[in-house]
Amino acid sequence: MSKPFTPKVVTANALLEGDVIYLTKDDQWSRSLKDAEVIEDEAHGDLRVLFGQSQRNDVVGVYLIDVTVTENGPEPTHFREEFRTKGPSNYNHGKQAELA
Amino acid sequence: MYQYNSFDRDFLAERNAQFRAQVERRIDGSLTEDEFKPLRLMNGLYLQLHAYMLRVAIPYGTLNGEQMDTLAMIADKWDKGYGHFTTRQNIQYNWPELRDVPDMLDALGEVGMHAIQTSGNTIRNVTSDHFAGAAADEIEDPRPTAELLRQWSTDHPEFQFLPRKFKIAVTGSPNDRAVTKAHDIGLRMVRNDAGEPGYEVIVGGGLGRTPMIGKVLRDFLPKADLLPYAEAIVSVYNLLGRRDNKYKARIKITVHENGIDTIRDLVEQRFELLRPQFGGVDQEMLKNIEAQFTAPDFLTSSVAPFKDAYHHDPVFRSWVDTNIEKHRNDDYAIVSISIKKQGQTPGDATSEQMRVMAEIAREFAHNELRISHEQNVILPHVHKSHLPEIHARLKAVELATANIGLISDIIACPGMDYCALATARSIPVAQQIATRFDELKLEHDIGELKIKISGCINACGHHHVGHIGILGLDRAGVENYQITLGGDHTETAEVGQRAGPGFAYDEIVPAIERIIDTYLDLRTDADEPFITAYRRLGMAPFKAALYPEVKADAA
Ligand code: SF4
Repeated sequence: MSKPFTPKVVTANALLEGDVIYLTKDDQWSRSLKDAEVIEDEAHGDLRVLFGQSQRNDVVGVYLIDVTVTENGPEPTHFREEFRTKGPSNYNHGKQAELA
Repeated sequence: MYQYNSFDRDFLAERNAQFRAQVERRIDGSLTEDEFKPLRLMNGLYLQLHAYMLRVAIPYGTLNGEQMDTLAMIADKWDKGYGHFTTRQNIQYNWPELRDVPDMLDALGEVGMHAIQTSGNTIRNVTSDHFAGAAADEIEDPRPTAELLRQWSTDHPEFQFLPRKFKIAVTGSPNDRAVTKAHDIGLRMVRNDAGEPGYEVIVGGGLGRTPMIGKVLRDFLPKADLLPYAEAIVSVYNLLGRRDNKYKARIKITVHENGIDTIRDLVEQRFELLRPQFGGVDQEMLKNIEAQFTAPDFLTSSVAPFKDAYHHDPVFRSWVDTNIEKHRNDDYAIVSISIKKQGQTPGDATSEQMRVMAEIAREFAHNELRISHEQNVILPHVHKSHLPEIHARLKAVELATANIGLISDIIACPGMDYCALATARSIPVAQQIATRFDELKLEHDIGELKIKISGCINACGHHHVGHIGILGLDRAGVENYQITLGGDHTETAEVGQRAGPGFAYDEIVPAIERIIDTYLDLRTDADEPFITAYRRLGMAPFKAALYPEVKADAA
């Protein structure tokens, strides 16, 4: 048996601001990971990445990240992606400031 | 200092207009990201973790007050009110928006600055000794050489698509403050037996994945032969350098695989062909450039106010003892302004701090500033009588930290707080080490010590050549920090030795503390610096302190 699929979210950076964004169920891009569509199977994940990449005038660098689903919504499993949900640790800049 | 001529300015204006059109075409969808990315990189624009980043070159680290003011203005108008000075003598803006970048570049162009050749497989911003033109130990000011190389390499038709990026550093002193042995080409000014100035030419140095100390290609190259010889090196590399594997593409690997003697033969052959083609044009260029790097009109007033303040004010005295370097004129001093107050981000300056430094430079320092590869700002020419006033003004904006060369004067790359390539953070590690030793009040007792931190194997933080080097890695999804000891970035350059297994994020500061405790215990006296003690003692006692459980097992 293949190993179980880890839930995923499609992420990218916004073309104009460079800001981290996540793909939602209704084909929008959100600044907040909470709004992201959680992808539960691989084939659907591939489709969503293709959709993301087709949005080439709005977004840059589309890829999938691993998440765990918690009561607060999806949370990244890797520290790099966790930093991307917040911003840098040396200043209160980026998402931690904007979404606060 | 060097003034851009109308050719340079027209060239910049044209490049900026081109890039503005490219940005518009990207935004309206006529360019894809695949098409646009190489274009933006050529103009210094990167996409990082949280935003774009604009990297601006400060050629050989030299700038004047107006340029510094412009950097401050850009930080306020299009960024978040600060900039980050890097080990490559660049400044990076971490939060620009794509639409604003052409305006930022135009503003830079107005003061003769740009972001060209800060990326791509070209000859990058030429770096140099930050004390150039001022140091007491200098043979000649290396900046005319650096400027000549800049003019020759900028948009050089043959060298826009090298196998990999190419970095050149020049130092005008036998004491190497430009880390020349860790560059693709390093030039160290020396004299031959007849007393004429020339260069020791070093090739194939570099840090990163495969750290190597450069090898001497020529003991002595007459000054007049520089450009044909440099062109010979780069064209031999252009042909021989590997393009099949990005990790084997730098000239250090070419030298390593072919052997220094083969490279030398090829370079000399090529040089013989090229030399007649230069026909003295380069020497004309150099003469014009040199004329623009004349020394300032040094003042000849009394230094009594300095002596007085030094005698009476202990805070000022400590700052002078730590941050001032000997100038070639006895009445003058070289001031290193620390932009590394303990707990702050190494290399960051706010727009207000930039403006204060610009103002000081104009009023008291012949309008000259430098950025060092150690991520500090230098006032190269200060009459000693002005030191008390300068110190007071710096203090008012938290720029008077007396820590140059000490444990909190840490080089740290942006790491995973910004950089998309990072495998771990470096900034908070630097902040915590600096804060910790400041609390312990041990900094001055420890004395000279270079800690250098990189957030990945690319080694922008020069960790290999730190007395203590720290490399942040991703080990199975957690940050892990590897320690190297005994590195040296000077003319006696050496790559540090790995101490052993890495440390978790919350273990790295205690680990550094154990190294320092061991040094303080074992040094012969307070005059034996860390690096000397390490060379005498070797790795063993430090290893034992770092990994006590291993020692216990062996016992
Ligand atoms: S060393 Fe790595 S993490 Fe640090 S700035 Fe360079 S590429 Fe980024």
